[in-house]
Amino acid sequence: MLQEWVILLVSFCYLGILFAIAYYGDKRADAGRSIISNPYIYTLSIAVYCTAWTFYGSVGRAATTGAGFLPIYLGPTLMAALWWFVLRKIIRIAKTHRITSIADFISSRYAKDPLIGGIVTIIAVVGILPYISLQLKAVSVSFNVLHTFQAPAPLVPAADSIWSDTALYVTLAMSVFAILFGTRHIDASERHEGMVAAVAFESVVKLVAFLVVGIFVSYYLFSGPAELIHDAVISPELSKLMNIEALSGGYVNWFTLTFLSMMAILFLPRQFHILVVENVNEEHVKKASWLFPLYLLAINLFVLPISLAGLLLFPDGSVDPDIFVLAVPLYNNQELVALFVYLGGLSAATGMVIVATIALSTMVCNDLVMPVLLRLRSLQRSDLSSVLLTIRRGSILVILLLGYGFFRLIGESYALVTLGLVSFAAAAQFAPVILIGIYWKGASRRGAITGLLAGFAMWSYTLLVPSFVKSGWIATSILESGPFGIELLGPYHLFGLAMFDPLTHSVFWSMLANIGCLVCVSLFDRQNAMERLQAAHFVDVFRHEDIDTGLWSGTATVAELKDLVARFIGSEQTDKAFSEYATEHDFDVKNKAQADANLVGFAERRLAGAIGSASARVMISSVVKGEEISIEGLMKILDETSQVIEYSHRLEGKSRELEEATAELRAANKRLTELDRLKDEFVSTVTHELRTPLTSVRAFSEILRDNPSLALEERHKFLDIIVKESERLTRLINQVLDLAKIESGSAEWSQDCVDLNEVIEEASRSLSQLFHESSIMLEKELPARTVLVMADRDRLVQVAINLLSNAVKFCEPGTGQVTVRLSTPRGKVRVEVADNGPGIHPDEQKRIFEKFHQLKGIRDEKPRGSGLGLTICHRIINYHGGSIWVESRPGAGAKFIFELAPAERSSTDGQAS
Amino acid sequence: MADTILIVDDEPNIVISIEYLMKRAGYEVAMAYDGQQALDYLADNRPALMILDVMMPNKNGFEVCAEVRSDQRFAEMPILMLTAKGRESEMNKGLSLGASAYISKPFSTYDLVERVKALLQV
Repeated sequence: MLQEWVILLVSFCYLGILFAIAYYGDKRADAGRSIISNPYIYTLSIAVYCTAWTFYGSVGRAATTGAGFLPIYLGPTLMAALWWFVLRKIIRIAKTHRITSIADFISSRYAKDPLIGGIVTIIAVVGILPYISLQLKAVSVSFNVLHTFQAPAPLVPAADSIWSDTALYVTLAMSVFAILFGTRHIDASERHEGMVAAVAFESVVKLVAFLVVGIFVSYYLFSGPAELIHDAVISPELSKLMNIEALSGGYVNWFTLTFLSMMAILFLPRQFHILVVENVNEEHVKKASWLFPLYLLAINLFVLPISLAGLLLFPDGSVDPDIFVLAVPLYNNQELVALFVYLGGLSAATGMVIVATIALSTMVCNDLVMPVLLRLRSLQRSDLSSVLLTIRRGSILVILLLGYGFFRLIGESYALVTLGLVSFAAAAQFAPVILIGIYWKGASRRGAITGLLAGFAMWSYTLLVPSFVKSGWIATSILESGPFGIELLGPYHLFGLAMFDPLTHSVFWSMLANIGCLVCVSLFDRQNAMERLQAAHFVDVFRHEDIDTGLWSGTATVAELKDLVARFIGSEQTDKAFSEYATEHDFDVKNKAQADANLVGFAERRLAGAIGSASARVMISSVVKGEEISIEGLMKILDETSQVIEYSHRLEGKSRELEEATAELRAANKRLTELDRLKDEFVSTVTHELRTPLTSVRAFSEILRDNPSLALEERHKFLDIIVKESERLTRLINQVLDLAKIESGSAEWSQDCVDLNEVIEEASRSLSQLFHESSIMLEKELPARTVLVMADRDRLVQVAINLLSNAVKFCEPGTGQVTVRLSTPRGKVRVEVADNGPGIHPDEQKRIFEKFHQLKGIRDEKPRGSGLGLTICHRIINYHGGSIWVESRPGAGAKFIFELAPAERSSTDGQAS
Repeated sequence: MADTILIVDDEPNIVISIEYLMKRAGYEVAMAYDGQQALDYLADNRPALMILDVMMPNKNGFEVCAEVRSDQRFAEMPILMLTAKGRESEMNKGLSLGASAYISKPFSTYDLVERVKALLQV
């Protein structure tokens, strides 16, 4: 059994070595001879992905779910294949904009909105806490196992008092370490070369340690992996692990884990920090994208053999599978191996904690605290570089203590892997805003805010709340019967979706909400100029090599700018930076008082590296005086201009509409004038038609009055004329009224089932006297069956009488013959009235249905028509939906025809008999 | 020999009434039932006065009036126009085309006869 002081001594020696490496790395960097500027160190530093979770948790997971540990490494391997396209683009953007963190990246993409930076920071901190607590748990457990193994149970001593809890001391030790490592420089965008070197070294240590224990277990305890697997297959419980059924959730869970780890390798804050912020040269991505998967393969090689060995050695489940890596060598009294394993685990945990807390503290400082501090007037003029450092150091401590708190609250009730996955799901919330944001310019600020908040809310509710439940903070009833007893809202089966395991369920809903809100809100959003500008910078980063931040045209002095920068990054650094700028740009910093636009831009980028782009912009604008043209200002002007343009477009549109309306009015007016003219003409024609018979009546009446001695015969003749003309007058008045009624729509129409046979019979009956007097033959060709139409019977009789009397008017007395014929051709009902009169000239045929269009009758002594008869016929037939026309050749008689639709019942009636 | 009066109207009954009135007043009468018939008659005859309706088929009263006035033979022949429309604008049009007087329908038989007599005594 190892003594506690031995373990402590070894631990601190190891940390001392790490610090030495970091110190050396920084010295070399200061001297300009970087030791990390090669793809191998870059790859090893990426391996910070493999934390204590990998080191202890993978074996634990393999022991319970077989191949279930694999997706966590499969995902990054898949993602690595895409790095050259995705990661390189992100790196290029980050370098161009001097991005300091993932929060800075996202807020910068969406119009440098500090609100977004704040949201991302909060999500990151809350999301990563479980992950940090996982590391603390792993280190403290491994420490305890190492010095208490084979002492009587419990393996993990119940830490009743905080002061006797190993994890607390681990936490404090790590805080000190992270503070020493991570906050030596103030410029966060300046690479922490020493830290990267140390992390790379740690990756070597954990890999070697894991390989050593793997070889030890496989070849020393057993005679090779083959035998191990053979032994395992014999045991029925263990053989189950070899199948996919061992996975809870099966293939869906596999898919979820693969997806989550694909996102995690890029978007966990510490991965983003190492991959993007600490990247020296984007060419390194090329080699890393195949070297890193190899590293993952190597570190996973012995996971299954070790877990099988653990299960074979401790078949009774007395040992937590998560500590098999330690327990197996300890069980065989190989304490040196165990110590080395412990160091590997320690290095995995410290690597993660250091990078994660540095990344998070940068975010907390730049995106959460600074925006608030900068609003405080009193702080605007003081030296802030020491304040900044204090904030970062403080936030490292606070984050680690929060992680510890989470560990105390929740940690005991979860396996390592489960805790890690909660963090993975949180990191995945950044994926949509970044991936969609760097390829789609339409993604808007409001879209990003709603997407992030919706995804985070879903994640909190479906993963975080249940973890509080399991730790006993919240009543368990919420899991089974939902909040307030609403089952549909249960965090594990939201809206009744119960087909997934809790993790997949959470990922499904949070991603759906996140992407859905981002895309939908963006589609309906109108971006302002700043949003469009940043979107274009990000999406087209490979097209615009130089971003134009030199749009400051203010009147800042060099001294003011220097003062401002010095307040945040210290005067020594500032002097150095400005003199570098002076030599590079051939700008006399010492003697020139006015800063040019380039220098202002340079100062802003330096500041952005220290306090984030959003805050840097605020600070620069505070010293650039006078007619400052900031990008925002310029964009605001452009925005307003575009609004004015849009407004004038709208005005043009309105005036076009007005013109159209005017044209319509003019046309309507013209139509009205035309109608008015027609009405005038009608009135005048009616007047004329009324005066004509009236003239005869008056003339003859006066003649009769003035000549009492008129011959009887003459008297008779004149009286007869008076009677005829009076009748004509009456008929005319009736028809004018009739037509007026029809045309104004005030005529009353009945709608009956009418037999046309009867209509024709009635019309010919009422005209029989006329036919007789004129000695004109009327021939009727009517079918035996009834021919029914839906119509106003009296009106149809009126039409028939009009057509028949018209025919009589144009026939030669004695030889005249009129034929009326009823038939039902092609599903229509047709009435023809034919005469053998002189016929109608083709020119007249068109006008014959017009009002007051009169043809001369053959016998002038006959009462003349009013000129309205056919017009009325036309209106009546039209009203019934039919048509009326005339067919005639001069000299060959005329035939008037009208057709109506039959009533339903008679539609199948045959031809006329 | 009595003066001949040409009556032009497409309404047979009106022609009959004017024919009676003119004969009773001692004039000879000729009749035409449309504009063309009137012009045909005037080609061979020289009536003393013409009573001319406006609204007629085959050349209306205005056309007939204009044509008659353009013929030197009828420069002095009085033309009495009859119209059923009785609008001021039409009267003016007829007068400007050379009609001597204007009577609107329905007319007073007394007025008609007196007007004809007056026109012939000038």
